[in-house]
Amino acid sequence: MRKRLLNKKYAYYIAAIAVLLIVFAVVGFAAEGAASADTGFFAEFKAKLINNFVKEDRWKYLTSGLLNTLIISFFAVIIGVVLGFIIAILRSACDMLDKKNIFTKTLNGILKAYLTVIRGTPALIQLLIIYYVIFTSPNVSKLFVAVISFGLNSSAYIAEIVRSGIMSIDKGQFEAGRSLGFTYAQTMWHFILPQAFKNILPALGNEFIVLIKETSIAGYIGINELTRGGDFIRSRTYEAFLPLIAVAVIYLVIVMILTKLVDMMERRLKTDGR
Amino acid sequence: MVDNKAMIHVEGLCKSFGDNHVLNGVDIDIHKGEVLVIIGPSGCGKSTFLRCLNLLETPSAGRIFLDGVDITAPSVNINKQRQKMMMVFQHFNLFPHKTILENLTIAPIKLKKLPKAEADEKAMSILRRVGLEDKAYAYPSQLSGGQKQRVAICRALAMDPEMILFDEPTSALDPEMVGEVLEVMKELANSGITMVCVTHEMGFAREVASKIIFFDQGVIAECGTPDEVFSNPKNPRLRDFLSKIL
Ligand SMILES: Nc1ncnc2c1ncn2[C@@H]1O[C@H](COP(=O)(O)OP(=O)(O)OP(=O)(O)O)[C@@H](O)[C@H]1O
Ligand SMILES: [Mg+2]
Repeated sequence: MRKRLLNKKYAYYIAAIAVLLIVFAVVGFAAEGAASADTGFFAEFKAKLINNFVKEDRWKYLTSGLLNTLIISFFAVIIGVVLGFIIAILRSACDMLDKKNIFTKTLNGILKAYLTVIRGTPALIQLLIIYYVIFTSPNVSKLFVAVISFGLNSSAYIAEIVRSGIMSIDKGQFEAGRSLGFTYAQTMWHFILPQAFKNILPALGNEFIVLIKETSIAGYIGINELTRGGDFIRSRTYEAFLPLIAVAVIYLVIVMILTKLVDMMERRLKTDGR
Repeated sequence: MVDNKAMIHVEGLCKSFGDNHVLNGVDIDIHKGEVLVIIGPSGCGKSTFLRCLNLLETPSAGRIFLDGVDITAPSVNINKQRQKMMMVFQHFNLFPHKTILENLTIAPIKLKKLPKAEADEKAMSILRRVGLEDKAYAYPSQLSGGQKQRVAICRALAMDPEMILFDEPTSALDPEMVGEVLEVMKELANSGITMVCVTHEMGFAREVASKIIFFDQGVIAECGTPDEVFSNPKNPRLRDFLSKIL
């Protein structure tokens, strides 16, 4: 078992390094192909690097873009997780509690409608609607709009992930908690959610990855996030290759770090119990 | 208000799932220290009755008094009332993400506000009673079925309940493990705690039951001491049932 883990770990790094090497090789070839006959490959490549990233401090478009991407993703994840868990818990409560009345039925209906709408429309349309229709005031920060929009969007997906996690827990766990005298909420908190969380961690990690990449559409409302930063450099230097590859590599690295973190968390949760 | 000597007083208890009328008016008193064994064919509503007692199922009609308090009344804090009667399940339902010790202590610590050290100590002494103190820091997945069920009983005991409800506690066990669990239950019965057991272990019923009830058609079709029920069954269906099972 231990040996397999090690192998897997190495395989991961080797694959990651391989991808980076391939990217650089492609970059190299492209640069070489574009190079005129009398200048060397490295000199040409260096010139392109300077032109795209150093001149006029163009690298700052990438770093400030990255910062915005991270800010949007981070706060959107928080909103998504909090809202998602609340929605999931409310929906399971509506399903599970035997006191089914008008209130729980209405609540369940509203939540279902929310999930249907959010999951049934493109994130970009939601972003545009929230920016142009709901927050029409020019004083509202675009970052704030993006955070709200992506937060709401991911909350719907997280809600369904969490709900599936809750439903995956044996009903007996719930009854055991209740029969000991715990309330519904306490049973959820102490017994159901910890077990559900462990089961849904991979799916949650996946959702975070999707979210980070999806923030690339925030440029549509004029936010200078990572993608737009790269695109802006392209529009200035008329060179698409280097800026876009740089952006892609940065996304890739973020996602790899995130994957690693989720992996570590998964392994940590695995060691206690089962 | 009602027969105060009875710990549990059940009055006209009915439960239906849609058109399926499972319980059709059950009346019974359960007294302190009694060991009530419930028998009956599969699907006759034994589990449903037991689960109505601690309101895991909401009765469709009828009332249940615990120590004179009508626990079916909407104003009653059922979580508080449930702490007086623990339940042991067929499939153990231990918390797999908690150690055995935590399984025993979480309810006393969170619900009775027992200090952790005190709860731990008490849990250890309960585990010692059933010979499982060396498993305190193991997880449920590391235990055999019989050990799991003994831990489940310990978890119930850790709350100092007035009574324990058992729903076929040995039915999910391999035959060689049934004995160890029944042993613990016998010891409990002798210690004077009130027990209500659904079981197919007729030897156990004969030995420790103070009263046996037979469910049929959603009512108590026969009720008596083990001797009366086993040696001289009056209800033809009970006779039929016993002839199949014994
Ligand atoms: N949650 C439920 N929803 C619908 N029907 C149910 C539910 N629980 C039990 N029933 C039905 O109630 C009847 C009695 O079930 P119950 O589990 O009480 O029987 P039992 O006597 O415990 O049987 P067994 O010996 O097999 O455990 C069965 O017909 C069953 O299908
Ligand atoms: Mg049953």
